[in-house]
Amino acid sequence: MSVTELRPRTPAETRLIQLAEAQGENENARRPAIEALRREGLPTRKVEAWHYTDLRQLMGKRLGSDDAVEALRESGETLLEPLLQGSAVVDLDAPEAAHLPNGVTGSASAGEADWKTTPNRLDRSIDTVRAMNAAFGAASATIDVAAGTHLDHALELRPATGLKSHAFTTVTIGEKAEATIVERLDGGTTGAPSTGVNMLHVGAGANVLWIVDQEKGLDSSHLGQLSVRLEADSVFRLFVLNAGGGFVRYEVHTDVVGEGADVQIRGVNLLHAGQHVDVTTTLNHTVAHTTATETFRNVVTGGHGVFQGIIKVARGAQKTDAKMACNSLLLSDEGDFSAKPELEIFADDVQCGHGATAGEIDADHLFYLMSRGIPGDQARALLIKAFVAEVVEELEVEAIEDALETRIEAWLEANIR
Amino acid sequence: MLEIKNLHARVADEGTEILRGVDLTVNDGEIAAIMGPNGSGKSTLSYILAGREDYEVTEGDILYNGESILEMEPDERAASGLFLAFQYPLEIPGVATMTFLKTALNAQRKARDEDELTTPEFMRRVKAAAGDLKINPEMLKRPLNVGFSGGEKKRAEILQMALLEPKLCVMDETDSGLDIDALKIVADGVNALRSPERSFLVITHYQRLLDYIVPDTVHVLSNGRIVKTGDKDLALQLEREGYSQIIEEAA
Ligand SMILES: Nc1ncnc2c1ncn2[C@@H]1O[C@H](COP(=O)(O)OP(=O)(O)OP(=O)(O)O)[C@@H](O)[C@H]1O
Ligand SMILES: [Mg+2]
Repeated sequence: MSVTELRPRTPAETRLIQLAEAQGENENARRPAIEALRREGLPTRKVEAWHYTDLRQLMGKRLGSDDAVEALRESGETLLEPLLQGSAVVDLDAPEAAHLPNGVTGSASAGEADWKTTPNRLDRSIDTVRAMNAAFGAASATIDVAAGTHLDHALELRPATGLKSHAFTTVTIGEKAEATIVERLDGGTTGAPSTGVNMLHVGAGANVLWIVDQEKGLDSSHLGQLSVRLEADSVFRLFVLNAGGGFVRYEVHTDVVGEGADVQIRGVNLLHAGQHVDVTTTLNHTVAHTTATETFRNVVTGGHGVFQGIIKVARGAQKTDAKMACNSLLLSDEGDFSAKPELEIFADDVQCGHGATAGEIDADHLFYLMSRGIPGDQARALLIKAFVAEVVEELEVEAIEDALETRIEAWLEANIR
Repeated sequence: MLEIKNLHARVADEGTEILRGVDLTVNDGEIAAIMGPNGSGKSTLSYILAGREDYEVTEGDILYNGESILEMEPDERAASGLFLAFQYPLEIPGVATMTFLKTALNAQRKARDEDELTTPEFMRRVKAAAGDLKINPEMLKRPLNVGFSGGEKKRAEILQMALLEPKLCVMDETDSGLDIDALKIVADGVNALRSPERSFLVITHYQRLLDYIVPDTVHVLSNGRIVKTGDKDLALQLEREGYSQIIEEAA
């Protein structure tokens, strides 16, 4: 009798395995991950990391039709303009073909996706996102930015857009290098789930700005993960824009392993009816004198939003200064946002804090704007934009702020009245 | 210009009556001052004029150029020429001051079927008005009122007033928080706006402002009613004697 067979498989789990098996190619590398999923199934809500996101239910609805399983093939999608002008575009299924600037190399790595470690300490014995990524046969890509390189333009990473969109990307930023990287998650109207796992290594004294621009179609689902390791005196800045997707889970796990390192995470989640968007983050501080700030701003006109964030400070990590905030603007009774910020601190000389707020548009602010002649709808739109603009403006790079604000304005125009 | 008739109003969600029959007329081109003890209802009156929803009018009416404005939204009142300089101007993070000014100006112009201002014309006007009020243009690059000092906020209110060119200017304690030089600058700004078609309702606690902005009429509001009306000498009398005598006489 096998203990692992006790829980019956749900239709979602059965379909998931079917779909993974149908991906073809590299069967041997995928086999162990498929077996692990077959054995463990999808996480129930009893697993803390998945408490607000019932994967069995959500994935079950979004595993594509039988046709999707049958017709696994690449579909040619329209070419996008890069988010930031002048970016070097890297197609993650053919990184070696990209025109990369000096100091940057890209290659398709032969190695299989690493799904054996579990960066999300709240997850089960297997890391759900990574195991799925591996089971689906993620294409491995490696991108290296050589030490000391200062990139003038961003690198834009694009996963394949067809039915088979699974990427495992390792990005290494050499010592004292500076780079902006855009992870562009777009398209995905096929109904099949996509996954993307990124391993980012930020060398000593390096400075990285990573931007996630997620604007997938409403019928698509995406499981993403970004695991970051920061060496001494490095700076890692992250901006996450979720402005699409039917079901999206994006995990960020940072390991600060060098003194003087600084993490700055900002994000905007824009939600409307029919969506489930989950951002789950772990900030690990293991050495002394490191800093982190994290702020998410959410605009909810419908659907379900989730933020789970934990700051972990190890015993020796004195003088850690870490702050986390999650603020939601709830514009309709139809939507909700669950926020669960947590601290787990084993050092005694630290400054850590968190806060979560949820509310409506401030009536006094609205009155002030209207008393100057601005009609109600326009005044509301201005205040909603202001609420998210505050975190965008913290980027302090005008071209990037403008690009993100354009995307945000397009969403607001389409979804606010 | 403005006729307030037997106005009764209460706090909308709890029912406390604050205005208990205010009667007040302000003619075209008139400067009317309202004085009165703390908590007498001066700010409440100004909010109700501007259309704030927190208050409910239970009796009486407000006529602006002969027509009731009680059913009008705050933005409609503003577009028709009413302006309230707040006692406590709000900080609105994330809204750039210039964006706000331009949006307000053009929204009002649109409501009046006028063409939008071009950006250069808008900039020219802001620069001129800021110069008159000695407002540092750097301040206007910040989000609306955010981090402005108390006096800077008051000056910014007058800047908005100068740009929007309202017909009826309600100024709620614009003088409190202003230093002596700023008081003079703001008063000069107001005096420059004086015209036969423009009226002012100036709420203040201090005679000093009225030395610079000389009122045609002075009204004392006490416990939700106008209890005495006079000319500028009434303000001097109040300065000397305080409120109690006058309020007792009226009772
Ligand atoms: N929204 C409200 N809820 C409850 N009470 C209110 C509200 N607004 C005003 N009040 C009360 O109504 C009274 C009048 O307030 P108001 O602000 O109009 O006074 P004021 O004459 O402007 O005073 P001050 O000179 O101090 O500015 C006060 O007692 C105040 O507490
Ligand atoms: Mg007041």
